Amino acid sequence: MHAEKEIHFRDAAAKALLDPQLRANFRRAMDGLIAKRLAQFPDPRDLQDLRDLSTAIRSRSLLCLPELLEQLEASCAKNGIKVHWAETCEQANQLILGILQAKGAKTLVKGKSMVSEEMHLNAFLESKGIEALESDLGEYIIQLDGETPSHIIMPAIHKNKDQIARQFSQKIKDAKYTEDVDELTAMARKVLRQKFLDADAGLSGVNFAVAETGTLCLVENEGNGRMSTHVPPLHIAVMGLEKVVARLEDVAPLYAILTRSATGQAVSTYFNLITGPRGEGEKDGPQEVHLVILDNGRSRIYADPQLRATLRCIRCGACMNHCPVYTRVGGHAYEAVYPGPIGKILTPQMEGVGVRHDLIHGSSLCGACGEVCPVEIPIPEILVRLRREATHEDMGSTVVGKGTGRTASEDWAWRLWAGVLKRPALYRVATWFATRFGKALPASAPLIRNWTQSRTKPVPARRSLSERMRAEGVSHE
Amino acid sequence: MSSPNPSAPDSRTAILGRLRAAGDSGPLPALDTAVLERRQWDPAERVTRLRKGMEAVHTEFLDAKSDTWPAVIRVFCEREGLKNLLYGPTSEAGSALAAAWAPEGPQLKPYDRPVEAFKQELFGDIDAGFTGTVGGVAETGGLLLMPGPAEPRLMSLVPPVHIALLRASTIQDSFWSAVKALGWGRALPPNALMISGPSKTADIEQTLAYGVHGPKRLIVVLVDDLK
Repeated sequence: MHAEKEIHFRDAAAKALLDPQLRANFRRAMDGLIAKRLAQFPDPRDLQDLRDLSTAIRSRSLLCLPELLEQLEASCAKNGIKVHWAETCEQANQLILGILQAKGAKTLVKGKSMVSEEMHLNAFLESKGIEALESDLGEYIIQLDGETPSHIIMPAIHKNKDQIARQFSQKIKDAKYTEDVDELTAMARKVLRQKFLDADAGLSGVNFAVAETGTLCLVENEGNGRMSTHVPPLHIAVMGLEKVVARLEDVAPLYAILTRSATGQAVSTYFNLITGPRGEGEKDGPQEVHLVILDNGRSRIYADPQLRATLRCIRCGACMNHCPVYTRVGGHAYEAVYPGPIGKILTPQMEGVGVRHDLIHGSSLCGACGEVCPVEIPIPEILVRLRREATHEDMGSTVVGKGTGRTASEDWAWRLWAGVLKRPALYRVATWFATRFGKALPASAPLIRNWTQSRTKPVPARRSLSERMRAEGVSHE
Repeated sequence: MSSPNPSAPDSRTAILGRLRAAGDSGPLPALDTAVLERRQWDPAERVTRLRKGMEAVHTEFLDAKSDTWPAVIRVFCEREGLKNLLYGPTSEAGSALAAAWAPEGPQLKPYDRPVEAFKQELFGDIDAGFTGTVGGVAETGGLLLMPGPAEPRLMSLVPPVHIALLRASTIQDSFWSAVKALGWGRALPPNALMISGPSKTADIEQTLAYGVHGPKRLIVVLVDDLK
C-alpha cells in the first residue's frame, strides 16, 4: 500500500526536540504571541460574543457555499475580474501558467499566500522558466534558503536574527553583515522595491472574498501585498473555495478577530479591498485581475457534516501559537504545508488519514487549540474522529485513506483486550498475574516500550481494586 | 449561468456539483451583532481613540483647522526637508492644496499620467504623497481611503512618506459601522482600503521594524471640524 510513503512526524519531532536554538526561537515567539493576543481580549464576554458571531458567519457561509461561489463569480465578472476554477493543484498551476504566458510574463512577485504553498506554485513556475519571488519579508527570508514556511502567519519564525544576518550577507549582493533588524529590513526593501517595479505580474492570496460585491480582501502589515496587487500590470489571486462570505458586513467581525487572534493586533497596517482591475480614468492598478478558486479536497471535506467545520478556518494561526506540541517541535517537523493543530486535521483530510496517520496522533488532546480558535473549530474532537477513521473502513464517510492506518499489532492488542474484558474469569486471572508479576515485566517489553521511552514504567498495585473490595467486604460499587 | 472561463467548464461543474451533492445541513444560524453595536463613542472621544490607536503604531499627527491645513502641510514639508509632494490635481483635497501652495520651496508634483509613464519617477524621485480620506475608524484607529482617477492607488503606497488629510467629523465608530455609513456593502470602487500606520514587519525575531515595503512614515493632518 502506501506504507513506504508514510511520513514520520514522530522522528522529525524527536530530531527537532534536540535543537536548543530552534526550541528557544519558537518558545520566545509563541510566548510573545500568546501574551499579545490575550491583551487584545480584555473582556471575556466580548471575546465570546465575537467568537460566536464569527463562528455563525463562517457556518452560514459554508451552508450556502455553492450559491455564494456562483454569486462571487457573477459579481467578479461584473467588476471585470476573471474567475477560474481548479479541482486540483496541478490544474491551478496550469491555469496560472496559462494566464502568465498569455501576457508574456516572465517575472512574478508574490504577496503571502498559503494556497500557493499548497500548490507548490514557485517550484512549478521556476520549472517553466518563470521567476516567482516571495515579497513578504518572512517568505523572502525562507525562499533565499530554499525553505518552506514554519508558521502560516510568520513563516521565518524558526530563524533568529543572527541566522538571518549571516544569510543576507551571503545571499544578497553587496550586503554587509549586520544584526540590526532595521538595517536587515532596509536591505530587503531595497532589493524588493526594484522587483516590484520590474515585475510582469503579481500574485496574492485572499483572506475573505465577498460574494455580494465581488471583493477580494487582503490583510497585511508590510505593504508587499498592495505592491504585488497594484504595481504590476497583471494580478492573479488564488483562494481555497471556502474563503467566500456573503456580505462585506460579515467581513468586519472576521477581520477584527483575525488580526487579534493572529498577531495580537487590533488592526493590521493595511486592509485592502480589491473589487476590480484599473477602472476607467484610473492611472494605476493592474489592467487584468484573475481569481483562481481551488478545491484540492475541500469539497470532499465539505461533504461530511462534522469535518466541514475544518473549512471554517480563517488561518489566524492561534492554534499553533497555543499548541504545546508545535511550540516545542516547530513547524517543519510536520512536513506539511499547514503545521500545528489545524494542519493536523487538514493535512490528513487532504492527503489521507493513512499516510498522515502520525499527525493525527501527534497531539496530547489538551484542548488549547479548540479553546482559542476564533471560529470555534472543535479541533480535538475532529482529531479523535480522524483517529477512528484511520482504523475503520466502515464509518460511511468520505475520508481519504480510511481504515489504512490499521496495523496488525494494534488490531491484535485490541482483540486480546476485548477478549479478556468480555470474560470475567479470564479477566480475574489476568489481573491476578498482572498485579503479582507486572513488576517483573521489563521496561523494554513490546508495547510497554512505547510508553517507557520517555516515562518511568508504571508499577501495578499488589492487589487489584476488585480483589481489595472483595476482601474488605464491599459487594456493590 | 455560463462559465466565464470556457476552457475549464468541467472543473466548475464538478466542484459545484460536489458541493451541492453534500446538501445543506440545518438552518442558517442567527447573527447576533450586539458585540459590534456596543462600540460607540461621541465625536470627541472618537478622535481621541483613533489618535491613540494610530499613534501606538507610529502614526504621526499634525493638528489643523479647516482653513489652515494647507499651511500646516507646507510647514511640515519644509521642516522635514522634503523636496516634493505628490498630489492628485483633480481631487478635492489636492486642488485645495494646490490653490494654497506657494511656488517656491517644496514642489507639488501632480500624479496626472498613467503609471506606465511615471513608474521610474514615482519609485525614485518622490519624497512624499498626499491624499485625502473618506473617513476614519475610532475603535482601532485607521484611515479609510478610496483611491481612484483623482487619487491613484500608489500615492499612499510608494512614496516614503504618506501625508493624509482627515476631517474629525468623518471618523466612524468601527470598521463595521463605516462599511454601513459609506455604503461599501452595496458597491465598492475597484480599490478601497483601511490604513492604520506606516508599513511594518515583525518577521525577524518578532522585532517591529517600520518602513518595510510601503511608506516609512504616515502623517495624519487632523482637521478639527467638530462643533
